[in-house]
Amino acid sequence: MVKVLVDDTEQECEEGMTVLQACEQAGVEIPHFCYHDRLSIAGNCRMCLVEVSPGPPKPQASCALPISEGMAITTDSPSLRAARKGVMEFLLINHPLDCPICDQGGECDLQDQALAYGFERGRFVENKRSVGEKFMGPLVKTVMTRCIHCTRCVRFANEVAGVDTIGMLGRGEDVEITTLEQTLDSELSGNVIDLCPVGALTAKPSAFRARSWEVDKTFGIDVMDAVGSNIRIDSKDGRVLRILPRLHEDVNEEWLSDKARFSCDGLTRQRLDQPYVRKEGKLQAVEWQEALALVAQKTRQARARCAALAGNHCDLESLYALKKLLQGQGSQMFDARQGGAQFDPSLRGGYLFNTTIARVAEVDALLIVGANPREDAPTLNARVRQAWLHGKLRRAYGVGVRCDLTYPCHWLDDKPQRLLKIAAGKDGVFETLSMAKRPMLMVGYDALERSDGKEIWRLCGAIAEKAKMVREDWNGFNLLHRSASAVGASELGFNRGLEGVQSLLVAMAKGCVDVTFVMEADDFDTEALDRCFTVYIGHHGERTAQVADVILPSAAYTEKSGTWINMEGRVQRGFAAVSPPGKAQASWRILRALSETLGAAPAWNDLQGLRENLTKEHPELGEQDRPLKAAWTSLGKAGALREEAIVARCDNYYMTDPVSRASETMSACTRTRRELRTAASRTSASQASRP
Amino acid sequence: MPSAAPAAAPSAAERFSFRGAFAERAKKEIAKYPEGRGQSAVLALLDLAQRQNTRTNCVTDAAVETIASMLSMPRMRLEEIASFYTMIHRKPVGKYHLQCCQTTPCMLRGGDRIQRCIEETLGIRNTETTADGRFTLSQVECLGACANAPVVQINDDMFEDLTCEDMERLLAQMKKGEASKGMPKGMPKGMPKEVLKPGSQCGRRGAEPREA
Repeated sequence: MVKVLVDDTEQECEEGMTVLQACEQAGVEIPHFCYHDRLSIAGNCRMCLVEVSPGPPKPQASCALPISEGMAITTDSPSLRAARKGVMEFLLINHPLDCPICDQGGECDLQDQALAYGFERGRFVENKRSVGEKFMGPLVKTVMTRCIHCTRCVRFANEVAGVDTIGMLGRGEDVEITTLEQTLDSELSGNVIDLCPVGALTAKPSAFRARSWEVDKTFGIDVMDAVGSNIRIDSKDGRVLRILPRLHEDVNEEWLSDKARFSCDGLTRQRLDQPYVRKEGKLQAVEWQEALALVAQKTRQARARCAALAGNHCDLESLYALKKLLQGQGSQMFDARQGGAQFDPSLRGGYLFNTTIARVAEVDALLIVGANPREDAPTLNARVRQAWLHGKLRRAYGVGVRCDLTYPCHWLDDKPQRLLKIAAGKDGVFETLSMAKRPMLMVGYDALERSDGKEIWRLCGAIAEKAKMVREDWNGFNLLHRSASAVGASELGFNRGLEGVQSLLVAMAKGCVDVTFVMEADDFDTEALDRCFTVYIGHHGERTAQVADVILPSAAYTEKSGTWINMEGRVQRGFAAVSPPGKAQASWRILRALSETLGAAPAWNDLQGLRENLTKEHPELGEQDRPLKAAWTSLGKAGALREEAIVARCDNYYMTDPVSRASETMSACTRTRRELRTAASRTSASQASRP
Repeated sequence: MPSAAPAAAPSAAERFSFRGAFAERAKKEIAKYPEGRGQSAVLALLDLAQRQNTRTNCVTDAAVETIASMLSMPRMRLEEIASFYTMIHRKPVGKYHLQCCQTTPCMLRGGDRIQRCIEETLGIRNTETTADGRFTLSQVECLGACANAPVVQINDDMFEDLTCEDMERLLAQMKKGEASKGMPKGMPKGMPKEVLKPGSQCGRRGAEPREA
């Protein structure tokens, strides 16, 4: 520990901290633009000036100055204020006075600090410099004249996102941030908007829609992937305008994936806003009573021959209500793994991301099986990249579809048979894993959604066991979920059996099911529904709604208060930002009303009551924001594997669920990426043909 | 990791590789640094690429591409470096690059007249290149030879204590192509000194006082 004096108060700081960090620890705010605690230090805005003694007799940039024992730091004095004022005046020399038409207005660091340190009038009479707009893809809008060259975006792209297409060209007055007219080819590109301290980079989809102080800010949980990113939903006039990340050190830090951030415009398109019943082959709008009465009648007739299938966005409460409804009918046919992922939902250690997201930083050897973490969980992948960049990760191996993960990964094979070799413990990969201090295995849905998924899952368990990845203080076995409801459904017992949805679909196709409830699930083979009466509880008129017999409109994730469990087993709660459109209701409400119509009203009447019942049955889920503990149990002996190669189950990161498929922004992203990839493959083809 | 894909793949004619002495020198430059730290040689390599390109005397896109893959550096990093240093050109530059100093000492000693002389003789302005692609004029800040002001740097050599007559003579010599043999941006450095003599044009050997 190092002792320093911050404005005459003694402060104990860790060695290696910078003066700025020491001041922040002491609760003194130092103005700054370029410094960001998650990025490397640039020291180029010169706003964070302080005086230190002993030290040079002039103000020092505190962000780049390490502390030393006994250092006395002055953070406020007349000369400092004058110095900062001078820096501010220089920053404003070329910055346009266009705050009234700038989207950053109200949440602009430059605006805020100009209020404290700026002159009341400009003394600069010469022409201001103007810089041409840059193209940065469909998400990031640029007004580069406003740029103050803090290089946060460049550092973020290089260090966190792992793309090197953005840079600062030129020098002096000619300096420009540019991407050379290329899209930022990253799933995290939206974060440069938050990082930009001025209005140079703003969000294109929500441009000119609202001022930051006009929007209602609601805390929510993201459901686009299984990370459970903490989000802030900004809404105005009953519409979600934009989604921003909320700081959570152990989950998403302060980053958010592009799909989570920008697919919200899909929430207003293709929505189901009233109940429908299929009459004479056509869906017709009806009142709730009629729809519920019909469903109740069919359900009563079907008795135990009811089944339920839930989608990726379902909250814990709805899953619980649906499970209770079916159990009331004597049915045990339900599952939430619509893609057909195979794992044993009764073995918690086998389906959690056991290492926990935060401890990914410690990993030193990694084996990826049938997953593309860059697309499955972009914020998690950024952590793996950090482990490679700043941590100890030196060896990453992959079995499955070759992809660029922003860190070097040695792709061994695309056939799962390669795993047998590793499990036999006779090759270099096994040796690396077993010698490593913090080895990690990630098995993903590309592998689990195969018909031999459970065998691959068991084989991965065997590898983890044999390589001693599960130890007293470390668990290296991880299931990388794609679905935000997967862990929750498994915890509730909503997921059943290793085969999961496959056996359910077979039962439906065989005609063993009379009534099927499909809750917010559209990504499965709807042909299986042909022989049963289908009740769709969902929010988008998509694949399942087309074949449904009754549609009960429900609320999307931004429109309901709900609980989700992320892949590491962290129970988190989100709140309703806007009300659902038209007559749509939260799914748990619909299910409660249905139970009542069935004459089997549950013991609870409201969300509070539901949650009390739920936590009584599953006491562990009552504790929020802490990863569930899982004891390791053997996953069983693996059976035969198919000879086929593992293939990618989703080919487009931007469109994976009804909300993102309905989003115009996401379709623009899809288009841009396709163009980019075609151009890149053309280049590499021509390079490959070089002599 | 994918490096920035160029707008279009360079065609065969645009492809670049270090040749002969340049290739040897490039290898030597990289070898100066420890294993895996070859990126430190980036400036040397950019300079070599520029000198090898006697046609346009600049670093071409193809050269950037080649150096990027030689040093396993993202293309954007190279663009940043190349655009920062004024000695590295990304746009074509004439065979003779005239850098005319306009900082205070040179200006007081008639640097502005020298520049005007160049402008009038060649018919180009600051940052422009003559139509035949032989001369480029750049107005620059201090070249560090204030004692011998006014100063013009032509390619690698300094021409000091200039008068307009000197400048005109120099330009005429260059135009005649006397100095073109074995000239400049190539590796055997400098130009035939007996023709176009660099250094002080009034015969001073250093900064000693001039005879009045």
